[in-house]
Amino acid sequence: MKNFKMSPKPVLKSLNDYPMGSSMPSFHITEGNAGWRVYRPVINHEKCVSCYRCYYVCPDGAIHKEEDNSFHVDYDFCKGCGVCAHECKLKAIDMVKEA
Amino acid sequence: MNDKFLNGNEAVAYGVLLAKPHVVAAYPITPQTKAVEKISQFVQDGDLDCEYMHVESEHSAMACSIGASSVGARTFTATSSQGLLYMLECLPYASGARLPIVMMNANRAIATPWNIYGDQMDIMYALNSGWVQLFVEDAQEALDVTLQAFKLAEHKDVLAPVVVNLDGFVLTHTYEKVSIPASSEVDAFLPPIAKYDHIMSDEHPMSMCISAGNHQNQGFKQLQHEALFNAEGVFETIEREFSTQFGRAYGGAVDSYRMDDAEIAMLTTGSVTGTARVVVDELRREGIKAGLIKLRMVRPFPTKRLLEVVADLKGLVVFDKNVSFGYEGTIFTNVNSALMQSGKMLKVENVIGGLGGRDIPHHEIKSAYMNLIDKKNSKQVRFSDEEVTA
Repeated sequence: MKNFKMSPKPVLKSLNDYPMGSSMPSFHITEGNAGWRVYRPVINHEKCVSCYRCYYVCPDGAIHKEEDNSFHVDYDFCKGCGVCAHECKLKAIDMVKEA
Repeated sequence: MNDKFLNGNEAVAYGVLLAKPHVVAAYPITPQTKAVEKISQFVQDGDLDCEYMHVESEHSAMACSIGASSVGARTFTATSSQGLLYMLECLPYASGARLPIVMMNANRAIATPWNIYGDQMDIMYALNSGWVQLFVEDAQEALDVTLQAFKLAEHKDVLAPVVVNLDGFVLTHTYEKVSIPASSEVDAFLPPIAKYDHIMSDEHPMSMCISAGNHQNQGFKQLQHEALFNAEGVFETIEREFSTQFGRAYGGAVDSYRMDDAEIAMLTTGSVTGTARVVVDELRREGIKAGLIKLRMVRPFPTKRLLEVVADLKGLVVFDKNVSFGYEGTIFTNVNSALMQSGKMLKVENVIGGLGGRDIPHHEIKSAYMNLIDKKNSKQVRFSDEEVTA
């Protein structure tokens, strides 16, 4: 995965390392699901206002916020479900068919 | 404090009023309707400053509760029967996300044949949902336990949703004198909900209910399982605090009646306990050493406490207001497992009754006790009406 500065992937070696509950900052826990993807979400940074909506709803926490307030999808982990594009109020995310 | 003449539903509504939730999301269903109707009235009249979400279904009621609780709102909902089954999918989301939602469930029969009356089949479907399961016997206990439930759910060592079970009609629609605690006293008992690290906000955004794959998923379940066990001890501590402040106590996870020298006993959940208590007094007058165990918490299951209570018993009959088709009563299964763990070889029987609101008459309870002595009916698991026909 990419080395996103704002959300480094934690290492879970024992139960003590696990977070409470199942809602957490992006990329806390996830599996590489890129192979499932047929369509990839592409964020249009011209339209995006960094509202966090895609970040909240991504079931795999595969969307990150960077220090410059821009949001990015990690395609190693995104399974292409399209929830982010569906929920984006500004239609700033396009689902583009994989080659 | 002041006294009011309330049914079980209204008693819960007063408990919710005093607990001051930020959000109530509910859909009305018999026999729970009066509870949410009363709460919506409190909100409408300005007595309760709370967002009342009149959702279009129970599935949405729980989904909204999850959303509200995930940003730190004290959240309440209520349901019953088929409504509970409709929201069932959402229940493990709430518990897995460790959200301290409190729910009232008016125990009602499950279709089919369909009816609106009380039994405890409904909540047994939710036994494995990760929610704390409490059962109450009367309207006063319903109010008091509703207050305790918020404190229990929100406790740092628990952080699990809690369901308070009231028998449909027998409890939800029966009027009793109920003492309403003063709001200031409740505030002292139940402080505002604490801010926890797993609760999100604009400054602390999170991805909700993430997936965890093959390797990590079990770890989350293991932690949730361990935390749920804490609910038993915390509940007993909370009840002691409540008792100090309000002067009422109910015996923690397992209450016992005339058990000190008892040789035979019945174990009950919910409102049938009252009838059994009368039967115990009668049997005692006849010289029979009978006692009663009122199971108030079914999850986490209070194994250790139960084993202490049954230590000197010779016979125990478990009264189930539910049946797990093709097996036996669910409480009976749980009690038996606890007894096995102790290695105690106690004669146990299971009587299933009250399904679909069927009356549970005094003589059926009494013959269930007597069967432990005279053994007229040799079936270990049987329906209550077989007691008199056998």
